[in-house]
Amino acid sequence: MSTVKVDRRVDHSHHFTSMDQEHEAGKQGTWLFMATELMMFGALFVGYFIYRGSFPEAYVQGGSLLSWKMGATNTLVLLLSSFTMALAVRDTMLGHNKKAIVKVAITCLCAFAFLIIKFFEYKTKVDHGLFPGLGMWDPHGVEALPNLKLFFVIYFIMTGLHGLHIVIGIGLMFWIMKRLKNDEFSPNYYTAVEGVGLYWHIVDVIWIYLFPLMYLI
Amino acid sequence: MSGHHVVPFKTNLFTFIGLVCLTILTVVTAKTMHFGAFNLAIAMLIATVKVTLVLLWFMHLKYDGNMNRAIFGASFFFLMLFFVMSAFDLYFR
Repeated sequence: MSTVKVDRRVDHSHHFTSMDQEHEAGKQGTWLFMATELMMFGALFVGYFIYRGSFPEAYVQGGSLLSWKMGATNTLVLLLSSFTMALAVRDTMLGHNKKAIVKVAITCLCAFAFLIIKFFEYKTKVDHGLFPGLGMWDPHGVEALPNLKLFFVIYFIMTGLHGLHIVIGIGLMFWIMKRLKNDEFSPNYYTAVEGVGLYWHIVDVIWIYLFPLMYLI
Repeated sequence: MSGHHVVPFKTNLFTFIGLVCLTILTVVTAKTMHFGAFNLAIAMLIATVKVTLVLLWFMHLKYDGNMNRAIFGASFFFLMLFFVMSAFDLYFR
């Protein structure tokens, strides 16, 4: 049996001049990635508004068919998860890796809670024939407007892509929990935790706009 | 060392409480007030305030270097350009 290899960084990679510079470069890379995320979702939001401008009544009907209570619950779940993630980054920066694991674990539980609520929301829509595609579009119990299908195409693509980000986020959280457990981070080296934190907050930011646009108005 | 500002627990907590209050506000305004298109503007305004809270305190942009602010600012600017141009096309065609 080999012992667990602890790879706590004490010095910078050879192509950087200092650990600070390496950290800043890593963080800047994460911000550039965040910019691409904003561009990707931004294009979808533009699509949302263009079709909303053309078919406002379909959006009103679509929004009324979604459960705003479930949407609001999920908003609170994600906000709580962002809070605990911010605390996890804080703990890591202070060198409290053990405490940080607990915070990341809570964030992870919130992410699972979000997906479970989302699953039941999707299931209700599928049961009512409101899933566009695969021959499943068959609205019953509702006088469907001609462009209601368009609303649900946009709803499923945008919330689906957002949901995929949650799933990826869970994977990333398991990765940093493992590294925190191995005590790989210190106040001088916590780039990965900070990066996952930034990613998780952007997922929250997207949802902050999705929630009112889909569920409320 | 630059860029290693540890945000106090209380600041994080107040940010979270602020976000929850604004979520309640956005639900209440959307459900009780009926101003038509104006409702959309109110909801977007509240969402933007919430996002600003997340960016400044949870994502540390308040304490971060100008480079990361510029990256975010640039992407936000071009996104707004995209929105405005699309809106012109939609409403003044």
